[in-house]
Amino acid sequence: MNEGKKSIAESISREPLLWDRGRVGRSGFSLPKRDVEDTPINEALLGQGPDFPDVSEVDVVRHFTKLSQLNFGVDTGMYPLGSCTMKYNPKINEKQAKLEGFTGAHPLLPCELSQGALEVMAELEEFLLEITGMDAVTLQPAAGAHGELTGMLIMHAYHKFHGSHRTKIIIPDTAHGTNPASAALCGFKTVPVTSGPDGILGADTVAEIMDEETAGIMITNPNTLGLFEEHILKIAEAVHEKGGLVYGDGANMNAIMGIADVGALGIDILHLNLHKTFSTPHGGGGPGSGPVCVMKNLASFLPVPRIITHNGEFALSEDFPLSIGRIHGFYGNFSVMVKALSYILSMGSDLKKASQLAVLNANYIKEKLKDVLHLPFDRPCMHECVFTDRLQQKNKISTLDMAKRLIDYGYHPPTIYFPLVVSGAIMIEPTETESKEEIDNFVEAFKAIAEEAAHSPDLLRQAPTAGRISRLDETEAARHPCLTG
Amino acid sequence: MRYLPHTENDISVMLDAVKKETLEDLFTVIPENCKRKDLLALPGALTEWELDSLMKTRAGANASPTEYTVFLGAGSYNHFIPETVSYLIGRSEFATSYTPYQPEVSQGTLQAIYEYQTFAAMLTGMDLSNASLYDGATALAEACLMALRISKKNTIAISTLIHPHYRHVVNTYLEPTDCEVIEIPMLESGCTDFSVISGERELAAVVVQSPNFFGCIENIEELSEICRKGDSLLISSFTEPLAYGLFKTPGEQGADIVCGEGQSLGIPVSFGGPGLGIFTTRSKYVRSMPGRLVGKTKDKNGRRGFVLTLATREQHIRRGRATSNICTNSSLCALAATIYMSSLGKTGFRNLAKINYDKSEYLKKKLTDKGYDIPFAAPAFNEFVVKCPDGFRHTYDELLKKHIVAGLPLAKYYPELTEHYLFCVTETSSKESMDAFLKEIP
Amino acid sequence: MKEINDLILPEEVLYADDHEWARMEDGIVTIGVSDYAQDQLGDIVYVELPDIDDVYEKGEEFGSIESVKAVSEMYMPVGGKVVEINSDLENSPELINQSPYDDGWIIKVLPDDENELDDLLEKDAYIAMLKGSE
Repeated sequence: MNEGKKSIAESISREPLLWDRGRVGRSGFSLPKRDVEDTPINEALLGQGPDFPDVSEVDVVRHFTKLSQLNFGVDTGMYPLGSCTMKYNPKINEKQAKLEGFTGAHPLLPCELSQGALEVMAELEEFLLEITGMDAVTLQPAAGAHGELTGMLIMHAYHKFHGSHRTKIIIPDTAHGTNPASAALCGFKTVPVTSGPDGILGADTVAEIMDEETAGIMITNPNTLGLFEEHILKIAEAVHEKGGLVYGDGANMNAIMGIADVGALGIDILHLNLHKTFSTPHGGGGPGSGPVCVMKNLASFLPVPRIITHNGEFALSEDFPLSIGRIHGFYGNFSVMVKALSYILSMGSDLKKASQLAVLNANYIKEKLKDVLHLPFDRPCMHECVFTDRLQQKNKISTLDMAKRLIDYGYHPPTIYFPLVVSGAIMIEPTETESKEEIDNFVEAFKAIAEEAAHSPDLLRQAPTAGRISRLDETEAARHPCLTG
Repeated sequence: MRYLPHTENDISVMLDAVKKETLEDLFTVIPENCKRKDLLALPGALTEWELDSLMKTRAGANASPTEYTVFLGAGSYNHFIPETVSYLIGRSEFATSYTPYQPEVSQGTLQAIYEYQTFAAMLTGMDLSNASLYDGATALAEACLMALRISKKNTIAISTLIHPHYRHVVNTYLEPTDCEVIEIPMLESGCTDFSVISGERELAAVVVQSPNFFGCIENIEELSEICRKGDSLLISSFTEPLAYGLFKTPGEQGADIVCGEGQSLGIPVSFGGPGLGIFTTRSKYVRSMPGRLVGKTKDKNGRRGFVLTLATREQHIRRGRATSNICTNSSLCALAATIYMSSLGKTGFRNLAKINYDKSEYLKKKLTDKGYDIPFAAPAFNEFVVKCPDGFRHTYDELLKKHIVAGLPLAKYYPELTEHYLFCVTETSSKESMDAFLKEIP
Repeated sequence: MKEINDLILPEEVLYADDHEWARMEDGIVTIGVSDYAQDQLGDIVYVELPDIDDVYEKGEEFGSIESVKAVSEMYMPVGGKVVEINSDLENSPELINQSPYDDGWIIKVLPDDENELDDLLEKDAYIAMLKGSE
């Protein structure tokens, strides 16, 4: 190609940094008119103002449109990222969250002027309790890990209230990575516990290490291998016997809605991820929402403010002396709640069907791919299945190579190298919103990649090649960080 | 159900493939006594149109800023938002993607966050920014935890003029630690009385907010000197970043960590969430920083690209010893803020800040003219405290009926400030609406 | 990754179970990580070094070494006071990958008790340990 000319493919492959588009004198903002006089300011306090580039509205729109084209979303194609529940995000939910009565509602309005918002929250609370079978809930946590922290703070406050000083927490090797970090924020020292040869946790293993210095256990059910912790009742019994509490990481709730009764599993505290199970979009990493449900005996520790009804009206109350306190500037991510409520209202009792189909899709993939990928735990899975790269290692092909090659086939890669309990993990979560045809195509693509791994492994090592960018140098990025431009 | 693509035939073929008879059979691994006995007692599924109508009713039961004159700020600010913001963040490639773990298919999100980090650092006058935290309050709690890690001391002094909710969140986060939190009182001017901590050497950090909860501009330069002598970190919080369009940034005045709420930057108030936790610091503290970071690098062919970097600080790698447990953050809100900041540009940002300042000064002056007392004399941005005559509460309630929300009663937060109200005026408050309000009060 | 036979394992250093090496010269012990360790960790991107004059016991953690997606703690093969740190590693952590026994040394320590060196492994014993763990 001639110097200075570039093809369309090239011009959309690279978008200049925003400030390269800036020219003083341009503006992308419709500045409100000045209807009051100018008031002088004490010069000593004045600064320069941030040196943002001045760009026109067209510049802004083109720039971010081009950036969006460099992304892959659920609307682009199948996004089988294990543990993340990348289901379809219904458009009608976005519309509701944008209603002016919601977006414009100031959080400190007197309660009588925010009855609609409070009713949305109260309704969502009620539905989440129905779905989980638990007794009380807070919507305040802004994400799953924030929910975990809230749960750990509740556990900490509970033991303190009962005059018991506990310093340890049991965390199985199949737990989410956030669990130990959340527990550490409350000063708990992690006691790791290994799952059994079948990928699930034995009740005896827990009973052996559970003692009166241990605050409880954090358990993900279904676990990160996509397996249901069948011994959960006995595990809970062992923990409760020594005065501990059971924390359930509900990130994988999409497998068991309407099927398992979480309230009957012996779980005392459970967080949910509205941005997983309840279809709200992930937004490239947030905002999410991580409500925490508890059993009756822990309700008084929930964060404040809580929604109460008073003379038939909704109100916010801080009058809960045992509460752990506030964990968010206001009440949590309200607009995410609107979307989740819209989803539940649109699904009704079909939520159970969603879980059934999510599990069907995962088991189907497991059956279809287990001949070409090593399946470390061959037993019925829940909403996701975990393979490894063991069969491809003889050709010196890794999980990473296969994941990158999937991009060339038009799929977002699954979660890789997690859970840590199996080496070279490939964790696939299709969700219920993928059709049989989509899944068949995905399976065929993976089979083709396994074939390539055996016969033309270099294709995988070079992957992705079909996209606009090839593998990036993460080592250099970490050695000499360049975090601003 | 329209989100579930499976036909009866698909289901039966797939069940065959997994050697099950029915969908219920997929769950035989769940012990019977763990199963739900009854059906989900949820209302019947609504159609799109039924949902529209229900939600419209709910939304209609809130006071919206087009129907009400709302002089409320206190951590959540009504500003005009260019239509481009919601249009662009609504693009599904941004909205429906996950955290950019696979850089080759996430360059859009990654480059946008890199631009966000650059703007956030500029805005606060600091070296670098993370990719965002949940909101201003949790960002402040994370800043305190970071200061405790860096300094290895365990007392934090926090200004009483920090947003009361933020102080509450900090206390919640620090409760399980052995950290002691002491509050620094205020001066008559409406600023923090730093003299009480002067000479103190045991403080991990001193925490201040500017503009503070009363809208007053704090003297961070003076505090920075005290912190330097006491070998304490200076954490500067904020709830209204538009102020930095006019006033000196915390960075240029010597702050070590700047954190706060970015909701003002193109994110609707939405009943308090989601917001945007902005978190910036000095280069030397980068490895102690919580949250994700995006860095610039090259691909195999030498083309510029972006990746998540310095991940060894984070929960999924360092687990119990991570700098934070945060995973999901406020990415899409950070994108909104980036679009907003670029739409305004340097020129627009400064002009808008000045209009906000002038409008609030207008209302302040008119209230003074009417004999209302402005008890705190320090220069302020957007917000100011008004001491109203005894019995104003009755007027306040009457005004609500006339669709005017006359500020935030402060007695709940500062019991000594009875009949004090915190007023907020932004570019969305027209002179006309302010004059109308002034006419309604005695 | 390298086969065991391809590893560079000098005779004149002693090895710890955690893959640190130690070399005694003129009463000072130089400490680094073995070729096996750097090879397993992959590209090193950051080394967290102790401060000069810090005192550690044998087996105590004195710093950490990071690749893009992993962090490993380093433990003292012998107790003592840190007298020198390799500050070149701050900007060029890759020295550990390129030259684990020379330019990629990590700290120098004045040992409390030279006899502690006796617990460390000589080359052959270290190779046997590596083979055993495979």
